[in-house]
Amino acid sequence: MSTGLSDLYQEVILDHSRHPRNFGAAESANRQARGNNPLCGDRVTVYLAVDGHHINDARFDARGCAISIASASMMTEMIKGKTVAQAKSLFDRFHMLVASESGEANGDSDEDMTELASLSGVRAFPTRIKCATLAWHAMSAALDGADDDVKTE
Amino acid sequence: MKMASSVAFDIERVRRDFPILSQQVYDKPLAYFDSAASAQKPTAVIEAIKHTYETEYANVHRGVHYMSQKATDAMEAARETIRAFINAASEREIIFVRGATEGINLVADCWGRQNLKPGSEIILSQMEHHSNIVPWQLIAERTGAIIKVVPVNDAGELEMDAYEDLLGDRTAMVSLTHVSNALGTITPMAEIVRLAHARGVPVLVDGCQAIPHLPVDVQALDADFYVFSGHKLYGPSGIGVLYGKEALLDAMPPYQGGGEMIDLVSFEKTTYADLPFKFEAGTPHIAGVIALGTAIDYITGLGLEKIAAHEDDLLAYGTEQLGKINSLRFVGTAADKTAILSFVLDDVHPHDIGTILDREGVAVRTGHHCAQPIMERYDIAATVRASIGLYNTREEIDVLVTALGRVQEIFGS
Repeated sequence: MSTGLSDLYQEVILDHSRHPRNFGAAESANRQARGNNPLCGDRVTVYLAVDGHHINDARFDARGCAISIASASMMTEMIKGKTVAQAKSLFDRFHMLVASESGEANGDSDEDMTELASLSGVRAFPTRIKCATLAWHAMSAALDGADDDVKTE
Repeated sequence: MKMASSVAFDIERVRRDFPILSQQVYDKPLAYFDSAASAQKPTAVIEAIKHTYETEYANVHRGVHYMSQKATDAMEAARETIRAFINAASEREIIFVRGATEGINLVADCWGRQNLKPGSEIILSQMEHHSNIVPWQLIAERTGAIIKVVPVNDAGELEMDAYEDLLGDRTAMVSLTHVSNALGTITPMAEIVRLAHARGVPVLVDGCQAIPHLPVDVQALDADFYVFSGHKLYGPSGIGVLYGKEALLDAMPPYQGGGEMIDLVSFEKTTYADLPFKFEAGTPHIAGVIALGTAIDYITGLGLEKIAAHEDDLLAYGTEQLGKINSLRFVGTAADKTAILSFVLDDVHPHDIGTILDREGVAVRTGHHCAQPIMERYDIAATVRASIGLYNTREEIDVLVTALGRVQEIFGS
């Protein structure tokens, strides 16, 4: 495979993109936010069922590329059962992982970060980083109760 | 338009005129299929910019000194080259703008302010570029005008019956593309204009994608306004042309105020310069204008018919070769089309396709191509668009097909 492509399209990513987990609107959701990428027209909606500080359920609906679908799918699996603070911390570390110069995430590596590391291949594809982070921005906006759509621009 | 592929067109020599084409990307030869977004530049154009700044540069139309006169002469010679290229009746009808986008905004604003009333109707089509939608929405908001949309059929052709039905007593303006940037459809512009004029309605033609591929004669089309960008015509970015019939331009108020566009200025009353300068406030993109003239000299030197024959051959070959891929579906299959191969693959998003093709050295555009309404029409978010320029080859089409094979390998489809 050509340079970087095997890092970008790892089997775990292709699997999530072909068989996204937690896909489709959630009836129990009490928070939701939509993310748009105006560059490519991709859209994602994240649905959260939040009870106090606890995220009981997380689902998403999306039209997008393999990277954005896989990232959203993995995200919903991970934040389900976490607290709001934990989910936000995970977003921060994920953002560092895919978007920072060093590619180093702060804090201890844990099971979540090990799995998210499969998305770190986007670092070699600057135009695709927004694909990986779109659902996370929407999740963060849903937690903040933002009314406006989230945009990557 | 279709001609035999044996027409003499020395493609290897032509390719040597474009320095960037010899670049390698990711250690692979660059196969550039994104000319519809912006075309590459021949050495002649690059040299024209260098030559201007090295030998004949100063501000234009004002200085009495030698260099100013030389720059003015070169710029006005380019205006004449452009006039002749589109067969405008007069150089006064050639207005320099930043690009087609600014040209459409100028007409929407200046013509629209004067002529649109609440309930006036502006006819656009479903396959317009955002730059031929949003300026009209802006002026519609200010004037109370209404936008009407001509639908397109499954092949991507304008529904001409629907267009005729939309033309009515309230129609104030028709603004349509000559060639769709997303689909490659050539619209029957002479007929569109004829039908509009039968009702006394003026027509603006977005010629961005037509001008690099088709001979354009604004008088034969009887277009009232015709806009295009220099950078898609192998010229520099930041320079474009608005053609308008003199009587219409004369009647319109200026677009921007400033230097160059005035006759006399006092705080009591300012009078405006004659055409074309009335619409050219501020110092223009002098080197850009001159180099656009050079770009036109370059392509007319190659021969417009030869270029069209070469590009039609590549379009036919590409349609045939890509058509062999089972999971590939073309978006835009008009009987009359040019230079655009827009498609989707089952189960692989265009963005992922674009990334994989890129690593094979193949530059394509992926996305909605600033034409979201036509994407909605086909219920898709995006397509892959391989657009053809005069320098592309059959071998590059083969590279594209092979690279699409890599996509299928990676995605296992």
